[in-house]
Amino acid sequence: MSIIEQEREVIQKQESPQSTPVLDAWLTTVDHKKIGVLYIVMAVVFLVIGGCEALIIRLQLMYPRSTLVQPDTFNGLFTMHGTTMVFFVGMPILIGIGNYLVPLMIGARDMAFPRLNAFGFWATLFGGLLVYFSFVAGGAPTIGWFAYAPLTERTFSRGSATDFWALGLLVSGVGTLTAGINFIASILGMRSPGMTLRKIPFFAWTMLWTSVLLLFAMPPLTASLVMVLLDRNLGTHFFDVQNGGSAVLWQHLFWFFGHPEVYILILPVFGMISEIIPVFSRKVLFGYEFMAAATAAIAFISMGVWAHHMFTIGMSRVLDLYFAVASLLVSIPTGIKLFNWLATMYGGRIYLASPMLFAIGFLSMFVIGGLTGIMLAIVPFDFQLTDSYFVVGHFHWVLIGGTLFGTFAGIHYWYPKVTGRMLSERIAAWQFWLLYIGFILTFGPMHVAGMLGMPRRIYTYEPGMGWELWNQLSTVGAIIQAPSFVLFVYNLIASAWWGKPAGDNPWNAWTLEWATTSPPPVYNFETLPIVHSRRPLWDLAHPDDPDWKYE
Amino acid sequence: MNTLLVLASEGAKNLSIFDPASPSAESIRNLSMLVLAICGVIFVIVEGVLCYCLLNFGRSSEKGMEPPQVYGSKPIEIAWTAAPALIVFILVLVTTRALWEVETDPPKPQSDDNALFVTVVGRQWWWEYTYEIYDGKKLGFTTSNELHIPVGQKDKKRPVHLALKSADVCHSFWVPRLAGKTDCIPGRTNYVYLQPSQPGLFLGQCAEYCGAQHANMMIRVVAEPVDEFEKWLAHEQDIAVDDPQVAQGKGAFLSQSCVNCHRVRGTSAVGTFGPDLTHLMSRKTLASGMTANSPETLRGWVTDPQKVKPSCLMPAFGLTDHDRDQLIDYLLTLK
Repeated sequence: MSIIEQEREVIQKQESPQSTPVLDAWLTTVDHKKIGVLYIVMAVVFLVIGGCEALIIRLQLMYPRSTLVQPDTFNGLFTMHGTTMVFFVGMPILIGIGNYLVPLMIGARDMAFPRLNAFGFWATLFGGLLVYFSFVAGGAPTIGWFAYAPLTERTFSRGSATDFWALGLLVSGVGTLTAGINFIASILGMRSPGMTLRKIPFFAWTMLWTSVLLLFAMPPLTASLVMVLLDRNLGTHFFDVQNGGSAVLWQHLFWFFGHPEVYILILPVFGMISEIIPVFSRKVLFGYEFMAAATAAIAFISMGVWAHHMFTIGMSRVLDLYFAVASLLVSIPTGIKLFNWLATMYGGRIYLASPMLFAIGFLSMFVIGGLTGIMLAIVPFDFQLTDSYFVVGHFHWVLIGGTLFGTFAGIHYWYPKVTGRMLSERIAAWQFWLLYIGFILTFGPMHVAGMLGMPRRIYTYEPGMGWELWNQLSTVGAIIQAPSFVLFVYNLIASAWWGKPAGDNPWNAWTLEWATTSPPPVYNFETLPIVHSRRPLWDLAHPDDPDWKYE
Repeated sequence: MNTLLVLASEGAKNLSIFDPASPSAESIRNLSMLVLAICGVIFVIVEGVLCYCLLNFGRSSEKGMEPPQVYGSKPIEIAWTAAPALIVFILVLVTTRALWEVETDPPKPQSDDNALFVTVVGRQWWWEYTYEIYDGKKLGFTTSNELHIPVGQKDKKRPVHLALKSADVCHSFWVPRLAGKTDCIPGRTNYVYLQPSQPGLFLGQCAEYCGAQHANMMIRVVAEPVDEFEKWLAHEQDIAVDDPQVAQGKGAFLSQSCVNCHRVRGTSAVGTFGPDLTHLMSRKTLASGMTANSPETLRGWVTDPQKVKPSCLMPAFGLTDHDRDQLIDYLLTLK
């Protein structure tokens, strides 16, 4: 080939991105939209794996003294189920949705640090793979997802499983931290002209506070994991009580991360719900200012309540009381949010499309999870309820009833924007009802079993304790839930090919992401949008009655 | 409520937190009733408003006029900030009172105080009870898996103070009808106070995941009338029965590695890693409540503990049937 022909070939390759193989595009992308989708796909895969782990747990607990699985298999299953759902499903799916939407919502072309963004995803995925590698390297860790010391010391946890767990979470955590940095930098620095911080979509506001919590909570976890690895491999004694270390130190360090973590898992959901309820009630969000202040209050308070996970370790009454009061205080801003959502619906024109169906599921369930949370904050009551199936019921209620239902609402809402096609409403309705009924049947009885004395993390139980009925109901509920996840994955995949074309704004919504095509071009917006209010598209549709007159 | 739960419980064993038999469990039950009532009211109101909205403001099609846009209302939002704040304030008050009632520092033992002091050590995966002091008198014997305590009268209370420790990882002592959970944390001592209001068998189990056999760390608290308790106490304080008919078995026991872990008071076996066997046959269960204590189950256990409680810290010793049967004959005399 002549030199001119060679140069022409090189130039053609650079100018026609279609010639790049699809896999290469996804593996090397720094586009926030592709990275968002990668996070979500990772989360959905781990959701199915974690769900299978839960199903086996429930089948084992169907009958007392069941021998379906070995004791240590069970202990590994609940450790991996918890670790998977928190670190490889919950956080990635919310970070993924945030990644996709935040630049679009603020009128930006991408995140502030695109390459850091890509690094964050791959680190998160690699951490997950490292933790799962333990299955083939001698067995899963059997330490519980919060890995209390000194059970994690080499004396009590032989083999390499705990090391894989700690190392995997360490790597994953670094990735998560970079996502937090990116969100803060982007939201603070890259908003469209006219979009002051008081005018950002509510989801962006909650992602901002989630990221503040990420910055606050991930470093202590990382430090603790380093300490565990040092204890196990280099002879240090941070948590090695027999050599002067402290078991309580681990608990404080872990929960200092652990409590903000659960707010990291719920704040983005509060944001998504705050986008969806207004659109499907056809009314502006009631009390944006109070809602925004409540979000910040929740974030701050959540930093100071961690020891409510440790009420039974024997802290002084004064300390117990402080943590109880702080934990009870968080119910005030959370209540404000619930009332504001209800007030948004009140007097509106509510349309129960699938996003709204899941949002109602969220609203109806989260209030219950919040109330059982209040019960747990009452220290003496907690002395009976903690570490029993009551608390298993509580946190699954807020994580599934809250995080999962809210996430499904968000996915059903924004799927048309991401793919250009609508999800099947019929499949979504089936998914919703199977999940709603199955979920209530699984986790409701757990509250009763806990109050009847059933502790958590037991691979079996004695007959005649009065726990059989509640366990059986839970297992039946799990079996009802399982097909809903199959339907969900099917809906996601099938609708990408056969879904109804969506258009730019199928829900007639008002924030900037709906002002561009579905899916958006790689550069997001053709022209830089200039905003005057929180609902730019409402202003365009109602030039005589724009939002900025009333905000 | 408590009858409903007991009825629903299908069986003879009752571990309901709503059926207290000791002061701290009772304080917690009383507090919980108020809290459940308040939460119930909030639940009804919030879900009620939600249902009202769904029923009255629904529409079946996407098209139509936009409803009036309401951006907020300062008075309303202040009101529904103040109301929850008031409820939280009330909850804080009742929490404080119950907390101060339930969490108390143990007193120092004094003579004629009718108090029993026991040190509980949680171990993977059984419970060790060292009886320290009763009614001001030193006791100093160790048993395991069954905690006998006296039941006082209205005029003569007999408090039981437990000091909770751990020999290895974190455990938690939970007997729901007697008290809330108190953790056994290695490196520290926690305290819990029991005072059963009636005799009976109160069940519980370890409530902090502690490894492979966490599920089988049962707690059996035998609350008995004072005279029966004091009889049990006196018996436990005695050294082991020395039946000359099983002298061969005793010899076998003392020459095997059994003595590295187990103690039989009155013999040269002074091991402290496993349960004290001095009065093994006075206990109703083996393996921390997993199986009944009978010659057959004991034989199965000594032959291969791993078959009964996989991963427990006692290995199978590969004894010949003859040696093992001699050993069992000796153990069966340790009443």
